[in-house]
Amino acid sequence: MKNKKDTIISIALVSPSIIAVLIFVYGFIAWSMRVSFSAWKGLLPDYTWVGLKNYIELFKDPRFQIDIRNTLIFTGLFVGGCLLVGLVLAILLDQGLRGESFFRSLFLFPMAISFIVTGVVWRWLMNPAQGSRLSGLNLLFDNLGLDFLINLWHTTPQWGIAAIALPAVWQMSGYTMALYLGGLRSVSESLREAARIDGASEIQIYRYIILPLLRPVTLSALIILGHISLKVFDLIIATAGKQVALDVPSIYMWTTTFDGNFFGRGAAIGILILLSVAVLVVPYLYFTLRQEEQA
Amino acid sequence: MEASIRSRSRYWLYVPLLLMTAFYLLPIYVMLATGFKPFAEVSLKTMWDLPTRFSFENFVEAYNALAPNLWNSIRLVIPGAIISSMLGSVNGYILAKWKFRGADIIFPLILFGMFIPYQSVLIPLVLFMKTIGMYGGISGLMLTHIIYGIPITTLTFRNYYASLPTELIEAAKMDGAGIFGIYWNILLPLSVPSFVVVLIWQFTQSWNDFLFAVVLTNNKNWPLTVALNNLAGSQIIEWNVQMAASFLAAVPTLLVYIFLGRYFLRGLLSGSLKG
Repeated sequence: MKNKKDTIISIALVSPSIIAVLIFVYGFIAWSMRVSFSAWKGLLPDYTWVGLKNYIELFKDPRFQIDIRNTLIFTGLFVGGCLLVGLVLAILLDQGLRGESFFRSLFLFPMAISFIVTGVVWRWLMNPAQGSRLSGLNLLFDNLGLDFLINLWHTTPQWGIAAIALPAVWQMSGYTMALYLGGLRSVSESLREAARIDGASEIQIYRYIILPLLRPVTLSALIILGHISLKVFDLIIATAGKQVALDVPSIYMWTTTFDGNFFGRGAAIGILILLSVAVLVVPYLYFTLRQEEQA
Repeated sequence: MEASIRSRSRYWLYVPLLLMTAFYLLPIYVMLATGFKPFAEVSLKTMWDLPTRFSFENFVEAYNALAPNLWNSIRLVIPGAIISSMLGSVNGYILAKWKFRGADIIFPLILFGMFIPYQSVLIPLVLFMKTIGMYGGISGLMLTHIIYGIPITTLTFRNYYASLPTELIEAAKMDGAGIFGIYWNILLPLSVPSFVVVLIWQFTQSWNDFLFAVVLTNNKNWPLTVALNNLAGSQIIEWNVQMAASFLAAVPTLLVYIFLGRYFLRGLLSGSLKG
Protein backbone atom coordinates (compact mmCIF):
# COMPACT_ATOMS: atom_id res chain seq x y z
CA MET A 1 0.00 0.00 0.00
CA LYS A 2 2.87 2.35 0.65
CA ASN A 3 4.19 4.34 -2.23
CA LYS A 4 7.54 5.95 -2.70
CA LYS A 5 6.23 9.47 -2.34
CA ASP A 6 4.80 8.77 1.11
CA THR A 7 8.05 7.21 2.23
CA ILE A 8 9.96 10.28 1.14
CA ILE A 9 7.50 12.57 2.89
CA SER A 10 7.65 10.56 6.09
CA ILE A 11 11.43 10.57 6.15
CA ALA A 12 11.43 14.29 5.44
CA LEU A 13 9.06 14.92 8.33
CA VAL A 14 11.10 13.11 10.99
CA SER A 15 14.56 13.91 9.71
CA PRO A 16 14.88 17.34 11.39
CA SER A 17 14.29 15.70 14.77
CA ILE A 18 16.53 12.76 13.99
CA ILE A 19 19.34 15.02 12.84
CA ALA A 20 18.91 17.24 15.90
CA VAL A 21 19.12 14.24 18.23
CA LEU A 22 22.07 12.81 16.30
CA ILE A 23 23.96 16.08 16.70
CA PHE A 24 22.89 17.09 20.21
CA VAL A 25 23.10 13.64 21.76
CA TYR A 26 25.57 11.51 19.80
CA GLY A 27 27.60 14.25 18.18
CA PHE A 28 28.01 16.11 21.43
CA ILE A 29 28.92 12.96 23.36
CA ALA A 30 31.63 12.26 20.77
CA TRP A 31 32.80 15.87 21.02
CA SER A 32 32.91 15.63 24.84
CA MET A 33 34.99 12.47 24.53
CA ARG A 34 37.41 14.27 22.25
CA VAL A 35 37.69 17.12 24.79
CA SER A 36 38.23 14.58 27.57
CA PHE A 37 41.29 13.26 25.69
CA SER A 38 42.70 16.77 25.32
CA ALA A 39 44.89 19.03 27.40
CA TRP A 40 42.35 21.85 27.28
CA LYS A 41 42.81 23.95 30.41
CA GLY A 42 42.10 27.64 30.03
CA LEU A 43 39.78 29.88 28.08
CA LEU A 44 41.17 29.05 24.64
CA PRO A 45 40.40 25.66 23.06
CA ASP A 46 43.35 23.29 23.11
CA TYR A 47 42.78 19.92 21.48
CA THR A 48 46.30 18.58 22.06
CA TRP A 49 45.88 14.80 22.43
CA VAL A 50 46.81 13.52 25.90
CA GLY A 51 45.10 10.14 25.80
CA LEU A 52 43.70 8.95 29.12
CA LYS A 53 45.66 11.47 31.20
CA ASN A 54 42.56 13.33 32.44
CA TYR A 55 40.91 10.09 33.52
CA ILE A 56 44.01 8.78 35.28
CA GLU A 57 44.52 12.05 37.14
CA LEU A 58 40.88 12.05 38.13
CA PHE A 59 41.06 8.66 39.81
CA LYS A 60 44.12 9.80 41.75
CA ASP A 61 42.38 13.01 42.76
CA PRO A 62 41.24 12.97 46.43
CA ARG A 63 38.29 15.21 45.55
CA PHE A 64 37.02 12.68 43.01
CA GLN A 65 37.40 9.93 45.58
CA ILE A 66 35.14 11.92 47.89
CA ASP A 67 32.72 12.25 44.97
CA ILE A 68 32.57 8.50 44.42
CA ARG A 69 32.08 7.83 48.12
CA ASN A 70 29.34 10.48 48.35
CA THR A 71 27.58 9.13 45.27
CA LEU A 72 27.59 5.61 46.69
CA ILE A 73 26.24 6.71 50.07
CA PHE A 74 23.63 8.95 48.50
CA THR A 75 22.52 6.34 45.96
CA GLY A 76 22.17 3.63 48.59
CA LEU A 77 20.09 5.76 50.93
CA PHE A 78 18.06 7.50 48.27
CA VAL A 79 17.21 4.44 46.20
CA GLY A 80 16.69 2.24 49.26
CA GLY A 81 14.57 4.89 50.98
CA CYS A 82 12.36 5.48 47.94
CA LEU A 83 11.81 1.76 47.33
CA LEU A 84 10.93 1.10 50.96
CA VAL A 85 8.65 4.12 51.44
CA GLY A 86 7.13 3.67 47.99
CA LEU A 87 6.35 -0.01 48.52
CA VAL A 88 4.89 0.48 51.99
CA LEU A 89 2.70 3.36 50.84
CA ALA A 90 1.54 1.42 47.79
CA ILE A 91 0.56 -1.59 49.90
CA LEU A 92 -1.27 0.65 52.37
CA LEU A 93 -3.15 2.34 49.55
CA ASP A 94 -3.97 -1.00 47.98
CA GLN A 95 -6.24 -1.92 50.92
CA GLY A 96 -9.24 -0.12 49.48
CA LEU A 97 -9.34 2.49 52.25
CA ARG A 98 -11.53 5.53 52.05
CA GLY A 99 -9.64 8.60 50.87
CA GLU A 100 -7.19 6.54 48.84
CA SER A 101 -7.09 8.87 45.86
CA PHE A 102 -6.55 11.85 48.16
CA PHE A 103 -3.52 10.23 49.77
CA ARG A 104 -2.19 9.13 46.41
CA SER A 105 -2.31 12.64 44.99
CA LEU A 106 -0.82 14.06 48.13
CA PHE A 107 2.17 11.69 48.18
CA LEU A 108 2.91 12.46 44.55
CA PHE A 109 2.80 16.24 44.54
CA PRO A 110 6.52 16.79 45.31
CA MET A 111 7.24 15.38 41.83
CA ALA A 112 5.76 18.55 40.35
CA ILE A 113 8.21 20.77 42.22
CA SER A 114 11.70 21.76 41.17
CA PHE A 115 14.68 20.32 43.04
CA ILE A 116 15.74 23.94 43.57
CA VAL A 117 12.55 24.78 45.49
CA THR A 118 12.87 21.57 47.48
CA GLY A 119 16.48 22.34 48.24
CA VAL A 120 15.86 25.92 49.35
CA VAL A 121 13.08 24.90 51.73
CA TRP A 122 14.95 21.91 53.15
CA ARG A 123 18.01 24.11 53.61
CA TRP A 124 16.03 25.84 56.37
CA LEU A 125 14.33 22.70 57.62
CA MET A 126 17.73 21.11 58.04
CA ASN A 127 19.32 24.13 59.65
CA PRO A 128 22.25 22.68 61.59
CA ALA A 129 22.51 25.46 64.19
CA GLN A 130 22.66 24.03 67.73
CA GLY A 131 21.99 25.20 71.28
CA SER A 132 19.96 28.36 71.64
CA ARG A 133 19.87 28.88 67.87
CA LEU A 134 18.03 25.63 67.24
CA SER A 135 15.59 25.89 64.31
CA GLY A 136 13.88 23.93 61.57
CA LEU A 137 13.40 20.21 62.14
CA ASN A 138 15.80 20.24 65.08
CA LEU A 139 13.53 22.76 66.81
CA LEU A 140 10.52 20.61 66.00
CA PHE A 141 12.24 17.54 67.46
CA ASP A 142 13.04 19.58 70.57
CA ASN A 143 9.41 20.70 70.92
CA LEU A 144 8.15 17.14 70.50
CA GLY A 145 10.58 15.79 73.08
CA LEU A 146 12.50 13.87 70.44
CA ASP A 147 15.82 15.48 71.33
CA PHE A 148 17.81 12.39 70.39
CA LEU A 149 16.96 13.12 66.75
CA ILE A 150 18.60 16.55 66.80
CA ASN A 151 21.60 16.40 64.50
CA LEU A 152 23.93 18.42 62.29
CA TRP A 153 22.26 17.33 59.03
CA HIS A 154 24.43 17.99 56.00
CA THR A 155 27.17 19.51 58.14
CA THR A 156 27.76 16.18 59.92
CA PRO A 157 31.45 15.36 59.40
CA GLN A 158 32.00 12.57 56.84
CA TRP A 159 28.31 11.67 56.54
CA GLY A 160 26.75 14.99 55.54
CA ILE A 161 25.71 13.65 52.16
CA ALA A 162 23.36 11.21 53.91
CA ALA A 163 21.19 14.14 55.01
CA ILE A 164 20.63 15.16 51.38
CA ALA A 165 18.93 11.82 50.79
CA LEU A 166 16.06 12.97 53.02
CA PRO A 167 14.72 15.73 50.74
CA ALA A 168 15.47 13.48 47.77
CA VAL A 169 13.30 10.72 49.23
CA TRP A 170 10.66 13.34 50.05
CA GLN A 171 10.61 14.29 46.39
CA MET A 172 10.76 10.90 44.68
CA SER A 173 9.14 8.34 47.01
CA GLY A 174 5.63 9.24 45.84
CA TYR A 175 6.70 8.45 42.30
CA THR A 176 8.02 5.08 43.42
CA MET A 177 4.68 4.51 45.15
CA ALA A 178 2.87 5.23 41.86
CA LEU A 179 5.04 2.66 40.06
CA TYR A 180 4.32 0.01 42.71
CA LEU A 181 0.63 0.86 42.80
CA GLY A 182 0.49 0.25 39.05
CA GLY A 183 2.10 -3.14 39.63
CA LEU A 184 -0.25 -4.04 42.49
CA ARG A 185 -3.27 -3.15 40.40
CA SER A 186 -2.21 -5.66 37.78
CA VAL A 187 -2.26 -8.51 40.30
CA SER A 188 -5.67 -9.99 39.68
CA GLU A 189 -8.21 -10.16 42.48
CA SER A 190 -9.01 -13.76 41.57
CA LEU A 191 -5.43 -14.77 42.32
CA ARG A 192 -5.69 -13.24 45.80
CA GLU A 193 -9.10 -14.79 46.32
CA ALA A 194 -7.79 -18.21 45.36
CA ALA A 195 -4.96 -17.87 47.87
CA ARG A 196 -7.42 -16.79 50.57
CA ILE A 197 -9.56 -19.85 49.92
CA ASP A 198 -6.45 -21.99 50.30
CA GLY A 199 -6.10 -20.48 53.75
CA ALA A 200 -3.28 -18.01 53.15
CA SER A 201 -3.18 -15.00 55.47
CA GLU A 202 -2.99 -11.48 54.01
CA ILE A 203 0.66 -11.27 55.02
CA GLN A 204 1.41 -14.61 53.34
CA ILE A 205 -0.35 -13.43 50.20
CA TYR A 206 1.94 -10.41 50.04
CA ARG A 207 5.04 -12.35 50.99
CA TYR A 208 4.64 -15.28 48.62
CA ILE A 209 2.44 -14.08 45.80
CA ILE A 210 2.41 -10.32 45.37
CA LEU A 211 5.98 -9.32 46.21
CA PRO A 212 7.52 -11.79 43.74
CA LEU A 213 5.15 -10.46 41.07
CA LEU A 214 6.38 -6.92 41.79
CA ARG A 215 9.99 -7.72 40.97
CA PRO A 216 9.90 -6.18 37.48
CA VAL A 217 8.51 -2.95 38.98
CA THR A 218 11.32 -2.90 41.51
CA LEU A 219 13.81 -3.31 38.69
CA SER A 220 12.35 -0.39 36.71
CA ALA A 221 12.24 1.78 39.81
CA LEU A 222 15.80 0.82 40.69
CA ILE A 223 17.03 1.89 37.28
CA ILE A 224 15.10 5.14 37.13
CA LEU A 225 16.03 6.17 40.66
CA GLY A 226 19.60 4.98 40.17
CA HIS A 227 20.15 7.08 37.09
CA ILE A 228 18.66 10.11 38.81
CA SER A 229 20.96 9.71 41.76
CA LEU A 230 24.07 9.33 39.59
CA LYS A 231 23.47 12.78 38.16
CA VAL A 232 22.10 14.50 41.28
CA PHE A 233 23.09 18.12 41.13
CA ASP A 234 20.53 20.88 41.71
CA LEU A 235 19.25 19.45 44.98
CA ILE A 236 22.68 19.55 46.59
CA ILE A 237 23.46 23.00 45.19
CA ALA A 238 20.19 24.44 46.49
CA THR A 239 20.39 22.75 49.89
CA ALA A 240 24.00 23.40 50.71
CA GLY A 241 25.78 25.26 47.93
CA LYS A 242 29.15 24.11 46.62
CA GLN A 243 30.98 22.38 49.43
CA VAL A 244 33.78 19.89 49.07
CA ALA A 245 32.27 17.69 51.80
CA LEU A 246 29.08 17.30 49.76
CA ASP A 247 30.75 17.17 46.38
CA VAL A 248 29.48 14.75 43.72
CA PRO A 249 30.74 14.20 40.14
CA SER A 250 28.15 16.49 38.55
CA ILE A 251 29.12 19.39 40.81
CA TYR A 252 32.83 18.74 40.26
CA MET A 253 32.17 18.72 36.51
CA TRP A 254 30.37 22.04 36.74
CA THR A 255 32.92 23.86 38.88
CA THR A 256 36.04 22.54 37.20
CA THR A 257 34.67 23.37 33.74
CA PHE A 258 32.87 26.64 34.15
CA ASP A 259 34.65 28.14 37.17
CA GLY A 260 38.07 26.61 36.63
CA ASN A 261 38.11 26.39 32.81
CA PHE A 262 39.62 22.90 33.03
CA PHE A 263 37.61 21.63 30.08
CA GLY A 264 39.59 18.42 29.62
CA ARG A 265 38.88 17.24 33.15
CA GLY A 266 35.26 18.47 33.08
CA ALA A 267 34.61 16.49 29.90
CA ALA A 268 36.20 13.38 31.43
CA ILE A 269 33.86 13.61 34.44
CA GLY A 270 30.88 14.06 32.11
CA ILE A 271 31.83 10.95 30.16
CA LEU A 272 32.31 8.92 33.34
CA ILE A 273 28.84 9.90 34.55
CA LEU A 274 27.48 8.91 31.14
CA LEU A 275 29.17 5.50 31.30
CA SER A 276 27.81 4.81 34.77
CA VAL A 277 24.31 5.71 33.63
CA ALA A 278 24.62 3.71 30.38
CA VAL A 279 25.51 0.55 32.30
CA LEU A 280 22.08 0.82 33.95
CA VAL A 281 19.98 2.18 31.12
CA VAL A 282 21.15 0.42 27.95
CA PRO A 283 20.24 -3.13 29.03
CA TYR A 284 16.98 -1.80 30.47
CA LEU A 285 16.02 -0.07 27.21
CA TYR A 286 17.02 -3.14 25.25
CA PHE A 287 14.88 -5.54 27.27
CA THR A 288 11.91 -3.20 27.60
CA LEU A 289 11.72 -2.55 23.88
CA ARG A 290 12.16 -6.22 23.05
CA GLN A 291 9.38 -7.14 25.44
CA GLU A 292 7.19 -4.51 23.82
CA GLU A 293 7.80 -6.01 20.42
CA GLN A 294 6.89 -9.47 21.63
CA ALA A 295 3.71 -8.21 23.27
CA MET B 1 -17.03 -11.84 62.95
CA GLU B 2 -13.70 -12.15 61.23
CA ALA B 3 -14.72 -9.57 58.66
CA SER B 4 -15.48 -7.05 61.39
CA ILE B 5 -12.08 -7.59 63.02
CA ARG B 6 -10.47 -7.05 59.68
CA SER B 7 -12.37 -3.84 59.10
CA ARG B 8 -11.65 -2.51 62.58
CA SER B 9 -7.95 -3.24 62.33
CA ARG B 10 -8.00 -1.39 59.05
CA TYR B 11 -8.37 1.90 60.91
CA TRP B 12 -4.84 1.43 62.16
CA LEU B 13 -3.68 1.72 58.58
CA TYR B 14 -4.53 5.40 58.76
CA VAL B 15 -1.81 5.96 61.37
CA PRO B 16 1.14 5.46 59.00
CA LEU B 17 -0.76 7.21 56.22
CA LEU B 18 -1.34 10.29 58.34
CA LEU B 19 2.25 10.30 59.56
CA MET B 20 3.44 10.25 55.97
CA THR B 21 0.95 12.98 55.11
CA ALA B 22 2.59 15.13 57.77
CA PHE B 23 6.02 14.36 56.31
CA TYR B 24 4.99 15.39 52.78
CA LEU B 25 3.21 18.52 53.96
CA LEU B 26 5.93 19.72 56.32
CA PRO B 27 7.80 21.84 53.75
CA ILE B 28 4.55 23.29 52.41
CA TYR B 29 3.45 24.20 55.91
CA VAL B 30 6.70 26.01 56.62
CA MET B 31 6.63 27.82 53.28
CA LEU B 32 3.10 29.08 53.83
CA ALA B 33 3.28 29.76 57.58
CA THR B 34 6.45 31.76 57.03
CA GLY B 35 5.28 33.40 53.85
CA PHE B 36 2.15 34.84 55.43
CA LYS B 37 3.82 36.17 58.56
CA PRO B 38 4.34 39.90 58.89
CA PHE B 39 8.02 40.84 58.98
CA ALA B 40 7.77 41.67 62.68
CA GLU B 41 6.76 38.10 63.55
CA VAL B 42 9.42 36.39 61.53
CA SER B 43 12.07 34.58 63.50
CA LEU B 44 13.76 31.22 63.19
CA LYS B 45 12.71 30.52 66.77
CA THR B 46 9.02 30.74 65.89
CA MET B 47 9.34 28.95 62.55
CA TRP B 48 6.60 26.41 63.38
CA ASP B 49 4.08 28.90 64.77
CA LEU B 50 1.16 30.02 62.67
CA PRO B 51 1.04 33.72 61.78
CA THR B 52 -1.14 35.74 64.16
CA ARG B 53 -2.40 37.78 61.23
CA PHE B 54 -2.12 37.36 57.48
CA SER B 55 0.37 39.55 55.74
CA PHE B 56 1.65 39.49 52.19
CA GLU B 57 4.88 41.37 52.88
CA ASN B 58 7.08 38.34 52.21
CA PHE B 59 5.37 37.50 48.95
CA VAL B 60 5.50 41.10 47.75
CA GLU B 61 9.19 41.30 48.49
CA ALA B 62 9.83 37.93 46.84
CA TYR B 63 7.86 38.95 43.79
CA ASN B 64 9.77 42.23 43.51
CA ALA B 65 13.03 40.34 43.65
CA LEU B 66 12.03 37.72 41.10
CA ALA B 67 9.53 39.35 38.74
CA PRO B 68 11.91 39.63 35.74
CA ASN B 69 12.94 36.01 36.16
CA LEU B 70 9.35 34.91 36.45
CA TRP B 71 8.69 36.47 33.08
CA ASN B 72 11.83 34.90 31.64
CA SER B 73 10.52 31.51 32.74
CA ILE B 74 7.13 32.15 31.18
CA ARG B 75 8.64 33.34 27.89
CA LEU B 76 10.83 30.25 27.87
CA VAL B 77 8.38 27.59 28.87
CA ILE B 78 5.19 28.31 26.98
CA PRO B 79 6.48 28.51 23.38
CA GLY B 80 8.95 25.71 24.16
CA ALA B 81 6.23 23.34 25.33
CA ILE B 82 4.04 24.09 22.32
CA ILE B 83 6.81 23.53 19.77
CA SER B 84 7.93 20.36 21.58
CA SER B 85 4.50 18.80 21.48
CA MET B 86 3.99 19.59 17.81
CA LEU B 87 7.33 18.01 16.95
CA GLY B 88 6.59 14.98 19.11
CA SER B 89 3.21 14.49 17.51
CA VAL B 90 4.57 14.48 13.96
CA ASN B 91 7.46 12.18 14.89
CA GLY B 92 5.19 9.82 16.77
CA TYR B 93 2.77 9.68 13.86
CA ILE B 94 5.43 8.71 11.37
CA LEU B 95 7.21 6.26 13.65
CA ALA B 96 3.94 4.55 14.58
CA LYS B 97 2.03 4.54 11.32
CA TRP B 98 4.46 5.18 8.45
CA LYS B 99 7.38 3.04 9.46
CA PHE B 100 10.11 3.31 6.89
CA ARG B 101 13.07 0.98 6.71
CA GLY B 102 15.35 1.66 9.68
CA ALA B 103 12.62 3.26 11.79
CA ASP B 104 12.94 0.50 14.36
CA ILE B 105 16.63 1.20 14.76
CA ILE B 106 16.15 4.94 14.97
CA PHE B 107 13.54 4.83 17.70
CA PRO B 108 15.70 3.33 20.48
CA LEU B 109 18.55 5.61 19.41
CA ILE B 110 16.27 8.58 19.99
CA LEU B 111 15.02 7.14 23.29
CA PHE B 112 18.48 6.84 24.73
CA GLY B 113 18.66 10.64 24.57
CA MET B 114 16.09 10.73 27.34
CA PHE B 115 18.40 9.11 29.85
CA ILE B 116 21.75 10.71 29.17
CA PRO B 117 23.22 12.76 31.98
CA TYR B 118 23.46 16.22 30.48
CA GLN B 119 26.92 16.68 31.98
CA SER B 120 28.17 14.57 29.08
CA VAL B 121 27.00 17.12 26.48
CA LEU B 122 27.32 20.36 28.40
CA ILE B 123 30.68 21.53 27.07
CA PRO B 124 29.84 21.04 23.36
CA LEU B 125 26.42 22.54 23.99
CA VAL B 126 27.90 25.76 25.37
CA LEU B 127 30.49 25.94 22.56
CA PHE B 128 27.80 25.29 19.97
CA MET B 129 25.47 27.96 21.36
CA LYS B 130 28.33 30.45 21.39
CA THR B 131 29.13 29.63 17.76
CA ILE B 132 25.58 30.13 16.54
CA GLY B 133 25.17 33.26 18.69
CA MET B 134 22.46 31.90 20.96
CA TYR B 135 24.53 31.75 24.14
CA GLY B 136 23.21 33.77 27.07
CA GLY B 137 19.70 34.26 25.77
CA ILE B 138 16.38 32.59 26.26
CA SER B 139 16.03 31.30 22.70
CA GLY B 140 19.14 29.13 23.03
CA LEU B 141 17.81 27.65 26.26
CA MET B 142 14.43 27.05 24.65
CA LEU B 143 16.04 25.30 21.68
CA THR B 144 17.97 23.11 24.12
CA HIS B 145 14.81 22.08 25.97
CA ILE B 146 13.02 21.37 22.71
CA ILE B 147 15.78 19.17 21.35
CA TYR B 148 16.42 17.19 24.52
CA GLY B 149 12.64 16.89 24.86
CA ILE B 150 12.31 15.12 21.49
CA PRO B 151 12.80 11.60 22.94
CA ILE B 152 10.03 11.78 25.53
CA THR B 153 7.57 13.70 23.36
CA THR B 154 8.12 11.30 20.44
CA LEU B 155 7.75 8.30 22.74
CA THR B 156 4.49 9.52 24.25
CA PHE B 157 2.86 10.21 20.89
CA ARG B 158 4.24 7.10 19.24
CA ASN B 159 2.84 4.86 21.96
CA TYR B 160 -0.51 6.55 21.71
CA TYR B 161 -0.75 6.40 17.92
CA ALA B 162 0.46 2.81 17.92
CA SER B 163 -2.50 1.94 20.13
CA LEU B 164 -4.96 3.23 17.54
CA PRO B 165 -6.19 0.55 15.13
CA THR B 166 -4.42 0.39 11.78
CA GLU B 167 -7.81 -0.24 10.12
CA LEU B 168 -8.59 3.40 10.83
CA ILE B 169 -5.67 4.44 8.66
CA GLU B 170 -6.30 1.81 6.00
CA ALA B 171 -9.94 2.86 5.66
CA ALA B 172 -8.95 6.49 5.25
CA LYS B 173 -6.40 5.49 2.61
CA MET B 174 -9.15 3.68 0.72
CA ASP B 175 -11.10 6.90 0.75
CA GLY B 176 -8.12 8.58 -0.86
CA ALA B 177 -6.69 10.40 2.18
CA GLY B 178 -2.93 11.03 2.04
CA ILE B 179 -0.27 11.14 4.71
CA PHE B 180 -1.20 14.70 5.73
CA GLY B 181 -4.93 14.21 5.42
CA ILE B 182 -4.92 11.20 7.72
CA TYR B 183 -2.91 13.08 10.31
CA TRP B 184 -4.94 16.26 10.13
CA ASN B 185 -8.43 14.82 9.87
CA ILE B 186 -8.20 11.59 11.82
CA LEU B 187 -5.30 11.39 14.25
CA LEU B 188 -4.92 15.00 15.34
CA PRO B 189 -8.50 15.33 16.63
CA LEU B 190 -7.93 12.14 18.64
CA SER B 191 -4.66 13.39 20.12
CA VAL B 192 -5.91 16.03 22.55
CA PRO B 193 -5.17 13.94 25.68
CA SER B 194 -1.63 13.20 24.45
CA PHE B 195 -1.09 16.87 23.74
CA VAL B 196 -2.11 17.70 27.28
CA VAL B 197 0.26 15.07 28.66
CA VAL B 198 3.20 16.30 26.61
CA LEU B 199 2.47 19.99 27.09
CA ILE B 200 2.42 19.73 30.86
CA TRP B 201 5.40 17.42 30.90
CA GLN B 202 7.55 19.82 28.90
CA PHE B 203 6.14 22.78 30.83
CA THR B 204 7.13 21.19 34.14
CA GLN B 205 10.51 19.99 32.92
CA SER B 206 11.67 23.31 31.58
CA TRP B 207 10.10 25.32 34.40
CA ASN B 208 11.96 23.20 36.95
CA ASP B 209 15.25 22.88 35.07
CA PHE B 210 18.34 24.35 36.62
CA LEU B 211 21.39 22.79 34.94
CA PHE B 212 20.79 23.97 31.37
CA ALA B 213 19.63 27.38 32.54
CA VAL B 214 22.60 28.03 34.77
CA VAL B 215 25.17 27.25 32.08
CA LEU B 216 23.36 28.72 29.07
CA THR B 217 21.84 32.01 30.22
CA ASN B 218 23.37 35.25 31.47
CA ASN B 219 21.97 36.85 34.60
CA LYS B 220 19.60 39.13 32.68
CA ASN B 221 17.90 36.08 31.17
CA TRP B 222 17.97 33.79 34.20
CA PRO B 223 14.77 31.82 34.64
CA LEU B 224 13.20 31.50 38.06
CA THR B 225 15.13 28.47 39.34
CA VAL B 226 18.53 30.05 38.80
CA ALA B 227 17.43 33.34 40.36
CA LEU B 228 15.87 31.52 43.31
CA ASN B 229 19.01 29.53 43.96
CA ASN B 230 21.05 32.70 43.76
CA LEU B 231 18.72 34.45 46.15
CA ALA B 232 18.95 31.57 48.61
CA GLY B 233 22.72 31.67 48.51
CA SER B 234 22.92 35.39 49.23
CA GLN B 235 23.33 36.73 52.74
CA ILE B 236 21.17 39.80 52.12
CA ILE B 237 17.84 38.14 51.42
CA GLU B 238 16.08 36.97 54.58
CA TRP B 239 15.06 33.33 54.89
CA ASN B 240 11.40 34.25 55.15
CA VAL B 241 11.54 35.94 51.77
CA GLN B 242 13.31 32.85 50.43
CA MET B 243 10.42 30.72 51.64
CA ALA B 244 7.89 32.99 49.95
CA ALA B 245 9.98 33.01 46.78
CA SER B 246 10.17 29.20 46.77
CA PHE B 247 6.43 29.03 47.04
CA LEU B 248 6.00 31.44 44.13
CA ALA B 249 8.34 29.31 42.02
CA ALA B 250 6.39 26.17 42.93
CA VAL B 251 2.88 27.53 42.35
CA PRO B 252 2.59 27.21 38.54
CA THR B 253 3.64 23.57 38.38
CA LEU B 254 1.64 22.78 41.53
CA LEU B 255 -1.48 24.25 39.95
CA VAL B 256 -0.91 22.17 36.85
CA TYR B 257 -0.53 19.13 39.08
CA ILE B 258 -3.66 19.88 41.10
CA PHE B 259 -5.89 20.49 38.09
CA LEU B 260 -4.36 18.14 35.52
CA GLY B 261 -2.83 15.52 37.81
CA ARG B 262 -4.09 12.59 35.78
CA TYR B 263 -2.21 13.78 32.70
CA PHE B 264 0.83 14.68 34.74
CA LEU B 265 1.00 11.13 36.06
CA ARG B 266 0.70 9.70 32.57
CA GLY B 267 3.69 11.75 31.44
CA LEU B 268 5.60 10.68 34.51
CA LEU B 269 4.98 7.01 33.87
CA SER B 270 5.81 7.20 30.18
CA GLY B 271 9.17 8.53 31.32
CA SER B 272 9.74 5.06 32.71
CA LEU B 273 8.61 3.51 29.40
CA LYS B 274 5.50 2.17 31.08
CA GLY B 275 2.10 3.06 29.71
